[in-house]
Amino acid sequence: MPAAARPVTRVRRRLSGDQIAMRWTLVLAGLALVVVLAAPMAMLLSRAFEDASGAWVGLANFATYATTPTLAASAWHSVWTAAVTAIVVVPLAFTFAYGLTRSRIPGRGLFRAVMMVPILAPSLLPALSLIMLFGNQGLLKSWLFGGSIYGPPGIIAAQIFACFPHATIILAVALTTADARLYEAADVLRAGRIRTFLTVTLPGAAYGLVSAGVVVFTLVVTDFGIPKVIGGSFNVLATDVYKQVVGQHNFNMGAVVGIVLLIPAVAGFWLERWARKRRAATISGRAVTYVPKPRLARDLPLLLFCTGIAAVLVGIVAIAFWSSLIRFWPWNLSLTWDNYEFGRFDTAGWGSVLTSLQMAAWAAALGTPVIFVTAWLVERTPAAGFLRGTVGFLATAPLAIPGLVLGLAYILFFNHPSNPLNLFYGGMAILALNSVVHFWTVGHLTATTALRQLDPEFEAASASLKVPVWSTFARVTVPICLPAGLEIAAYIFVNAMTTVSAVIFLYGADYKPAAVAAVQMEESGQTSAAAGMACVILAVALAVKTVQVVVSAILDRTTQAWRRR
Amino acid sequence: MLRRIAIATLLALSLPALAQAQSRTRLTVYTALENEQLGPLKALAEAAVPSIEIAWVRDSTGVITARLLAERANPRADVIWGVSVYSLLQMEGFDMLEPYTPPGASALRPNMRSDRSPMTWTGMDAFVSAICFNTVVAQQRNLPRPSTWADLLNPAYQGQIVMPNPASSGTGFLTIAGWMGGMGEAPAWDYMTRLHNNIQVYTHSGSAPCNNAARGEYGVGLSFDMRAVTLKNQGAPIEIIVPTDGVGYDLEATAIHHGTAHLDAAKALVNWAVSRPAMEAYGRWYALLALPGVTPVVQNYPSEFAERLVAADFRAVATQRDRILREWTSRFDGKSAPR
Repeated sequence: MPAAARPVTRVRRRLSGDQIAMRWTLVLAGLALVVVLAAPMAMLLSRAFEDASGAWVGLANFATYATTPTLAASAWHSVWTAAVTAIVVVPLAFTFAYGLTRSRIPGRGLFRAVMMVPILAPSLLPALSLIMLFGNQGLLKSWLFGGSIYGPPGIIAAQIFACFPHATIILAVALTTADARLYEAADVLRAGRIRTFLTVTLPGAAYGLVSAGVVVFTLVVTDFGIPKVIGGSFNVLATDVYKQVVGQHNFNMGAVVGIVLLIPAVAGFWLERWARKRRAATISGRAVTYVPKPRLARDLPLLLFCTGIAAVLVGIVAIAFWSSLIRFWPWNLSLTWDNYEFGRFDTAGWGSVLTSLQMAAWAAALGTPVIFVTAWLVERTPAAGFLRGTVGFLATAPLAIPGLVLGLAYILFFNHPSNPLNLFYGGMAILALNSVVHFWTVGHLTATTALRQLDPEFEAASASLKVPVWSTFARVTVPICLPAGLEIAAYIFVNAMTTVSAVIFLYGADYKPAAVAAVQMEESGQTSAAAGMACVILAVALAVKTVQVVVSAILDRTTQAWRRR
Repeated sequence: MLRRIAIATLLALSLPALAQAQSRTRLTVYTALENEQLGPLKALAEAAVPSIEIAWVRDSTGVITARLLAERANPRADVIWGVSVYSLLQMEGFDMLEPYTPPGASALRPNMRSDRSPMTWTGMDAFVSAICFNTVVAQQRNLPRPSTWADLLNPAYQGQIVMPNPASSGTGFLTIAGWMGGMGEAPAWDYMTRLHNNIQVYTHSGSAPCNNAARGEYGVGLSFDMRAVTLKNQGAPIEIIVPTDGVGYDLEATAIHHGTAHLDAAKALVNWAVSRPAMEAYGRWYALLALPGVTPVVQNYPSEFAERLVAADFRAVATQRDRILREWTSRFDGKSAPR
């Protein structure tokens, strides 16, 4: 009897050793998120309960804010523009992602790269292009039938452009891995294509759809760059923060609006959890990867659709590039390369491009493993529900934090005289760290989506074979999820290249990022130079993205072969 | 081989420069000056005060002020050079400015230096609200040339005017503070109510109205003179109009950040910043300088505008700011969607 019981106990003890290790690593990841996210945010948000001199005033600021005449209008504007954007973007992105993953259309790699263009470019770029196309001197002004691009039409158009890749990435990951056996079963049961789509494809991607919707909605609500440039005087919550912080230097009210802006994040988090409960892993250990067969009736419309979308995306960039070569829009349309002599417009000159490159490289190199391991721990640590919930929430929160708010929080926290980390302030480390945290959420969601498609029975099988969980992680999970990992790295890199809102508060004298320089050129009326800088940023980001796509393709051929039969 | 020689030569040439850089005190200077001014000013200041090296951190007034205030617990700036006096007064309220009277500061115009003793800030130059008037668009749309604020109430400008939102932009606040100083508060509200009918958009940035007028997006942009001058010099078809019925103005000013680790170097820089050569340098871009008797040489600038400035009590205006903005927001911001 004791002899028979011993192996059982040993297995259990070894498992629990792994469990404990995972739990402690998760605690460590949680602590790291507290230091880089929760503590700075708490420090800033506590200002909501103080007056300018730092005295506690309870809810007085909230009471003042609630009586602000524009509040209701701003909140409603934020919600409806975000909702309209999400309603338009998610189906577009789903169709595009479907074309990328479930069809045999030619040039899928190219489409995948072009799809990323909006996040490869600073948000200034589409805004400038839209103004050149549809502004009062715009080339296609007549298309608006006398309407104005400034206001909700401009905001929604620019947001659709800006959010499209975010949604497509999530949906492409959700659609990449499907179990071919389900489709075979559907075929055998003589389910029609529509029925198969509704009962197999959609449910498989449901979690991705919810994630994409939440991400788009939150991105629109928190972005202030687009409404600031092309929103005219259409007030939204994010511009209210801008007004309080940059217009009036009222951090207390800024913090109040910041808290209001977190509401969509919290709502999104619960929605996501709800979606998670309603689904199980789609790829079990016995899964067979679905490989679409060529079918003209499906592929031709998808090809036309993807070409159309790609043409619009490339067109917007082409307009911006053209504008970077113009001497003075719209009065002198002769072309010149002079606008690329950035030293004439900004003291940092081309040096800011190098700064951005370094910052983006550090952010991607450090951020990707941390984000992926954290996501894996949140998904796979046995039990520890509260801990997983907390860390998961922290990982989802950054999406809902406007960059402006995060930047200020970073000043207050990392510049605090008694914070030992304040030696990083003003240097490269703080810029890279800020970028990782700022873009954590989409990386986390990408990793999570990839991980959820892996049946936990992989781990169970490994555990029963007495393979340590770390070994399974390194030898099974990471290789399977390598494409997702590369996707995350590229995502962080390109976003760090283009971000403005948070780093504008954080860069030191020697580290001005290129995107900040572009915004400053635009502010001082050097539109063509700003467009030029935006195009340089785009070119660098595009190069990195291309490398990722090529490497992914090679990996796909060499390590993902098992998915095919 | 050739490359190696080139590198060796470069190294040999740069070593003395490096040595010099190390012996100099590096001052972090926060500024909202235009980018094109930073290089020349740095060169002049470093030539005049060889013991210092200037490292700029530059952004728009709103952002740089927000940053200064947020960094208050552990300041990173040594000197503030070329930031709005309203921002400096806000900082003074938090005891963030080092009291110091640079020699020669008493020669500055009395309304362009701190009234404290020792002084907390010294003025450089004044900039005023101005109208950027696009002559090409005006011709297309038959807009008359305005010369006063009152002219802008003409129904011909309906939907043609763009101005900064005073709740988002210091320039916007400067504009309405000027109206209140010139007309008195009640008539100013009345004026703004009537002007509102002609406004197309209230922008979040103080430069945007003029940039947009320069691009022909709108016919008339209310902004500040310096922005307009820069754009005109770039070739924009705009006329810079400083209205004759009184304009609000703002100062660019200099101050030492309290608690700087390089107090002596900071003082040396601030001493230079009020000197005549410095004023002559500011005079390349600004038309009204803090030091009387310095002749500005700025191109394309409307002359004789000094007498158009409305009397401004910066401190009084700063204390009224919250109330005025709240009133403005409730009157105009709620229904400010473009028409």
